[in-house]
Amino acid sequence: MNKLIKNSAGRLIPTIVNGVKQTPFQGVGKYKPRGNKAEQPIRSCSDFPSDGNKIVKSLEIALKKCGLKDGMTVSSHHHFRNGDLVMNQVFDIAAKQKVKGLRWFPSAAFPCHKPVIDHMKNGVFDWVEGSLNGPIGDYASHGNMNGTAVLRSHGGRWQAVQDGEVHIDIAVIAAPTADAFGNATGDRGPSACGLLGFGLVDSIYADKVIVVTDNLVPFPCIPWQIQGQNVDYVVVLDKVGEPEKIVSGTTKLTKSPDRLYIAELTAKFVQAAGIIKDGFSFQAGAGGTALAFAIFLKEMMKEAGVKARFIRGGSTKYLVEMLEEGLTDFILDGQTFDLEGVRSMRENFGHVNTSPFTSYNWHGKGNFASMLDAVVLGATEVDINFNANVVTHSDGKMLHGIGGWQNCLFSKCTILPIPAFRNRIPVIVDKVTTLVGPGELIDVIVTERGIAINPLRKDLIKATKDSGLPIRKIEEIKAEIDELIGGPPEKPKVTDDIIGIVKWVDGTVLDSILKIKEQ
Amino acid sequence: MAKSFILGAKGEKPRSDLRVKYTPSKKTLSISVKSTVNTLFGKAIKQQAEDICRDLQVHTGTIEIEDFGALPFVIAARLEASIKQAHPDLQLESIPPIKDFCMYASSRDRFRRSRLYLPGNQSKLMLNAGIHKPDGIILDLEDSVSPAEKEDTRYIVRNALRTLDFYGAERMVRINQGELGLKDLEFIVPHNIHLILIPKVESAEEIKIIDKRILEISKECGRKKPVFLMPIIESGRGVLKALEIAESSKNIVALAIGLEDYTADLGVPRTAGGKESFFARSMIVNTARAAGVQAIDTVYSDVGNEIGLRESVREAKSLGFDGKGCIHPRQIKPMHEEFAPNELEVEKAKKIVAAFKEAESKGLGVVSLGSKMIDPPVVKRALHTVKLAKMTER
Repeated sequence: MNKLIKNSAGRLIPTIVNGVKQTPFQGVGKYKPRGNKAEQPIRSCSDFPSDGNKIVKSLEIALKKCGLKDGMTVSSHHHFRNGDLVMNQVFDIAAKQKVKGLRWFPSAAFPCHKPVIDHMKNGVFDWVEGSLNGPIGDYASHGNMNGTAVLRSHGGRWQAVQDGEVHIDIAVIAAPTADAFGNATGDRGPSACGLLGFGLVDSIYADKVIVVTDNLVPFPCIPWQIQGQNVDYVVVLDKVGEPEKIVSGTTKLTKSPDRLYIAELTAKFVQAAGIIKDGFSFQAGAGGTALAFAIFLKEMMKEAGVKARFIRGGSTKYLVEMLEEGLTDFILDGQTFDLEGVRSMRENFGHVNTSPFTSYNWHGKGNFASMLDAVVLGATEVDINFNANVVTHSDGKMLHGIGGWQNCLFSKCTILPIPAFRNRIPVIVDKVTTLVGPGELIDVIVTERGIAINPLRKDLIKATKDSGLPIRKIEEIKAEIDELIGGPPEKPKVTDDIIGIVKWVDGTVLDSILKIKEQ
Repeated sequence: MAKSFILGAKGEKPRSDLRVKYTPSKKTLSISVKSTVNTLFGKAIKQQAEDICRDLQVHTGTIEIEDFGALPFVIAARLEASIKQAHPDLQLESIPPIKDFCMYASSRDRFRRSRLYLPGNQSKLMLNAGIHKPDGIILDLEDSVSPAEKEDTRYIVRNALRTLDFYGAERMVRINQGELGLKDLEFIVPHNIHLILIPKVESAEEIKIIDKRILEISKECGRKKPVFLMPIIESGRGVLKALEIAESSKNIVALAIGLEDYTADLGVPRTAGGKESFFARSMIVNTARAAGVQAIDTVYSDVGNEIGLRESVREAKSLGFDGKGCIHPRQIKPMHEEFAPNELEVEKAKKIVAAFKEAESKGLGVVSLGSKMIDPPVVKRALHTVKLAKMTER
């Protein structure tokens, strides 16, 4: 039986997960491991074709040449989001080659990857380690994986590879355009998806790297985000992705009057706090409310004649419009959420591709996230101490990945615009079901029933005191909602089975997710 | 076979609502609950259902609840309605306590620029309606509710009036015509309703009957404050009888026009230009002014068309209307902005108000601005304009 201990956030966590010893969370900015980062094996260029042609006939051959065998870790990126056409082929080949006990280490899994569930059932894969969305998240929530789900942020994934906590045996990098040497880019080609930043760490640290493309160009592939020097094999397929499916439901502008109201209130708060001024920066993720926030902010910027220095994306057509209308000098983009973002990245010098290393990495000498003046994020739950949850719902089901959410909390002003309740379920609670974001990093909650400022942010409280905005105590908003919904809800009944852990950005364990007792 | 009474949420995946199936029988009461929020509220729902059955002294039969995250006031309404359907003569009630924040008052002359219509059986639209700050919120019992759901809906509207915070909006209900409407009154008058909209009015007599019934119910429940009335004129006859209608009760505070039915009555299509209704709208404004009440324009129903909405409000304002109806919260802000006086109007009004105050302080009976004498209605209008300008500023 796995021993559980209490970490500094008061959460019970296991000390060993999937056979790996874990470090408990010690507080924000407290844990600083010593020593050297993971190393790459030494390679000699004479082992590779001198003419630069690394093309092999099929994915099957490439995987065989990479030495795919039982218990390996195979990784992939999620820039095609729900339009990925490569990984299901990889799973099928693995099944055909009769390997067992693999670990899939994607930056995120989407509903299109549902077939991996069958491969977990038949033993080809033990478990999936990455942001779990849709059916795979549901499968894991029921404790069905033969291994514990390890939930990490985008920055945390890079850190885990650098720390050697996760060793990637084979990285499969789907690339919309590549050359025979393995240089690859995401911003052009018939399957263009924007950038390939999530696959960058895989390309650098994996033992073997396969680039899979449907648009082979003569050397050199310019620009390149994946460098051929890190690539072993190149495979050409008919189609690697369906770019139209990179637009997911979370990237549609909200039509709900309540959410629009919350978005407008958020923009007004940012304005009242004095954040909107020449040279400022912000990040607003996908999700209808965050997008609507950007649109309200844009109008305010235009009215005030203010220009941002940079906006961090997840880019969408709304951010692209701001760039093209001269309201920002740059978009520093981590992933493109729609095809306008892809086009802009290809055409506009000011639309720059980045990676979790530049934006989020814990072991870098600083990163962009903490330089942002404001960031707007979502949450499933927030508690009265401003702790927040994005991975589970109040009924305890594990449903969502962390994405860049944890990394973004380090901005100068972190704002969560959220409805105070959803369909009788309160969003503001006494204690979050799963701790994903420590309250000391979350500054403002904006709900349709009012704005709550973290008492630690005396500066924000003072700046917005006379703004006329509906600023209230978080307890007060909670009490109002509890009265409406008929008291705080019951807590879900849980078993002793740990089905997942939540990593903090430094690699320590912040919380664990227990299996729900089925009723 | 035992007859069942089923009512509530329609469709495959409703939200914030429930279905109730009540089958009376001689067997001891059994209550079953299925819910999308079962983990969190399953027990609470069952407990609430038991409490309501006890209030209504229902000890037998089968109650099956299929819940989709409905709030307690909706669960109570649906359950009571289904039991009352089975036992129409049951006099007992299960009414939630009225919240303090539901007890604010309205006034005769308050602004009624925007009134938001919400179907009385769609509780989820009511929950946050107040945060969008319409001048009035109408829980509709009439056209947006199908005949089969009329009774059921009364309970939801009653419970909503006692439970939800409308954040200062005037609390309104549109009742049905005729007998149905008189019955509606029992469900709303005792629950701090501010204003009742009466549809398709064609005579003073209709108003008098309603006014009398309101008085009776008020006496029974100890209500002291008057219930304001807003008759809606929706026919050729109604337009011609407008003055008689407007003067039929001292509780009438506004006269509204409903163009959907009016144009149907005329047998002409309703056009964007609105030439066909110019006479009627003008009649309403003239009558309202003659009777000293507000003139309220019809609903603008093309929710996605903000430009059209703004044009329509500007036109209404130019004809002399004080307000307009809307069916979506996003229409409220444009409406308030367009009803707001422009700078020139405000400036002029401020001068008139200043002159009036000066005359008042000097004890003069006549107000003059420069060489011009200002009549009392102009002063009144100017005061109104200044107040309206202040409201829109915030």
